[in-house]
Amino acid sequence: MTRESSLVSPQWVEDNLDNPDVVLIEVDEDTTAYDKGHIRNAIKLDWTTDLQDQVRRDFVNKEQFEALLSDRGVSNDHRVVLYGGNNNWFAAYAYWYFKLYGHQDVVLMDGGRKKWELDSRELTDAVPTREKTTYSAQDQDTSIRAFRDDAVAAIGVQNLIDVRSPDEYAGRLLAPAHLPQEQAQRAGHVPTSLNVPWSKNCNDDGTFKSDEDLKALYADVGIDDSKDTIALCRIGERSSLTWFVLKELLGHQNVKNYDGSWTEYGSLVGVPIALGDEPGDA
Amino acid sequence: MCGATEGGLSLDGVDVKKEAIIQGQVFRGEDPVGNAYVRLLDRTGEFTAEVPTSATGHFRFFAGEGEWTLRTLAPKADPVDNRVVAAVGSVAEVNVRL
Repeated sequence: MTRESSLVSPQWVEDNLDNPDVVLIEVDEDTTAYDKGHIRNAIKLDWTTDLQDQVRRDFVNKEQFEALLSDRGVSNDHRVVLYGGNNNWFAAYAYWYFKLYGHQDVVLMDGGRKKWELDSRELTDAVPTREKTTYSAQDQDTSIRAFRDDAVAAIGVQNLIDVRSPDEYAGRLLAPAHLPQEQAQRAGHVPTSLNVPWSKNCNDDGTFKSDEDLKALYADVGIDDSKDTIALCRIGERSSLTWFVLKELLGHQNVKNYDGSWTEYGSLVGVPIALGDEPGDA
Repeated sequence: MCGATEGGLSLDGVDVKKEAIIQGQVFRGEDPVGNAYVRLLDRTGEFTAEVPTSATGHFRFFAGEGEWTLRTLAPKADPVDNRVVAAVGSVAEVNVRL
């Protein structure tokens, strides 16, 4: 994948608002954001209800994903364009999700909702209606999904990229600073993981930095291209954005997103944890 | 600096004693700005969090102890930086003027 095949600009989206081959989908951390105004003809996916199993902690399964997209009028042949708030955190999470279930043509809108708003482009509260489809998903591609045992086994062996803020990485905060801090899990990070906050991938307006800047960012922190890589954060959505950068923009091979991330790892009994600003030892 | 400020966001349900809260409102002239983005940068200038303002221009962060910078972005305005000090058990109120 490359920047050209995985990203579109807001102008491209504006030029394709009525393109019948395109389905525009908004996915936000704030699940009410769409209802307050969205890009014309965009539909909404709610990451808390549409994309998560409602009983156990896991994704919707293949059959549920097929039913969801069929109901929302998304077909296998559509180009799916994802965008959202918070610099595309949850849009990148949905992108990873579409890739997990084998959708062929999916892209992110560079800069997400913020860039669209900062450009003073039009938003509407009109909700489009779409004809139902019969969507067929593939089995989960676990080559891009890491589980807790993968994270433990990667200590001192693979690239572990912790994309949370420095204060979360060091254990001074337990959650992003726009959320309350009281949590059940322990603070800190997986030993030997490198801290590359997701925000270093983006400009202030939410667009991705150039490929040259991104390559330099990961080279400077010492990521080893010969090793497999696991990205993690708190619940797996910010690390989806870093997974997108490493895998889709920079073309790294064998990059996985650990969606259990710190809320799972920090609650495990007996696993090693490092505190402070340094990666720590294996 | 302590307790909920008159006219500010409700702190119902928030245990203020355990949180270092930074909150406020973004204005253009006398008008609140409901489509701004407020970024919280740590003492080294590193991004920590970002929130869109509410329809009334309000924002809130749950930060840690220490010095922070708020960087506010809005359509048709240059970014504005405001320095703020947060402490557990208090609410730092910041009005941002574009």
